[in-house]
Amino acid sequence: MAVDMNMNVLIVDDYTTMLRIIKNLLKQLGFNNIDEATDGSMALEKVKSKDYGLIISDWNMEPMSGYEFLKQIRSADAPYKTVPFIMVTAESKTENVIAAKQAGVNNYIVKPFNAETLKTKIATVLGDF
Amino acid sequence: MPEINTQGSESTVDNKKKKIVKIISSVISKVEQNKQVSLNSILTEMRDLLVVIEETRSELGRAAPSKIKGKDIPVATDELDAIVEATSDATGSIMDSCDVIMDKASNIEGEDGEAIVAEVMKIYEACSFQDITGQRISKVVKTFHDIEEKIDRLVSVLGIKAVPEENDDGPTGDEALMNGPQMPDDAISQDDIDKLLAELDAAN
Repeated sequence: MAVDMNMNVLIVDDYTTMLRIIKNLLKQLGFNNIDEATDGSMALEKVKSKDYGLIISDWNMEPMSGYEFLKQIRSADAPYKTVPFIMVTAESKTENVIAAKQAGVNNYIVKPFNAETLKTKIATVLGDF
Repeated sequence: MPEINTQGSESTVDNKKKKIVKIISSVISKVEQNKQVSLNSILTEMRDLLVVIEETRSELGRAAPSKIKGKDIPVATDELDAIVEATSDATGSIMDSCDVIMDKASNIEGEDGEAIVAEVMKIYEACSFQDITGQRISKVVKTFHDIEEKIDRLVSVLGIKAVPEENDDGPTGDEALMNGPQMPDDAISQDDIDKLLAELDAAN
């Protein structure tokens, strides 16, 4: 099934530079509807009020980390429980990847990354586009 | 006794440690060998021990822990914060320009337009350095704060009193004028410099 390029995509990062980079890369890949949040709690509020087809989140944020955000989403009894979630982070230890996987992450990208990596990981999660 | 290298003299700390161990061993040995050991003998040993401890506290005081906590660490963390802010501003400017180029490139058809977009995307990707360096610097700042807390605890536990520093007038001559980039609040603008130069010229 073709990827709906008009789906809502939520990107979460506490660095505005990174938000801007990911947003531009996504636009370049053809995604049209991109929302932003600067920590897990802000992202959680957005997820509760809007349907998203993909979440791309950093890990290391305050007050709510991306990991906690992921756990809250996956443990919720709500439609957003299964929304595809890609972690994009500088946390590159094995235990981080394992913890994220156990919490239900769909894919994991280590910073710094390039457009090709982002595209490949999104395709892995959503299907080719 | 924590091993602290004060005044750049590790051997001094080692010597004091050895001295303390020697005194305590001597007391224990005397008590073990002769249960009738005199109170005066133990008292003498304890006085020696007290002298060593006082000397150590005094040396730690001369290391100026309050200056490290109150000045050195805040200056270092402010400088690091300034790095994060400056790189963030610069990255923002680079990306602003990239946005404009992307916008213009969208009007260029064919391979040239695609090539420009591809190169601009590489610039966007490279800009992620700001996020990575920012996180690394935040870790260093946190380490500084941990050191600050440990110094605080050390000062509290050992009851160290600040000792006025010797020759703390700072650098002089050329060295005093070489401070590197100024913090934004301390810096004067190019306009201020031009004005100052004009005033100096007028005064001559």
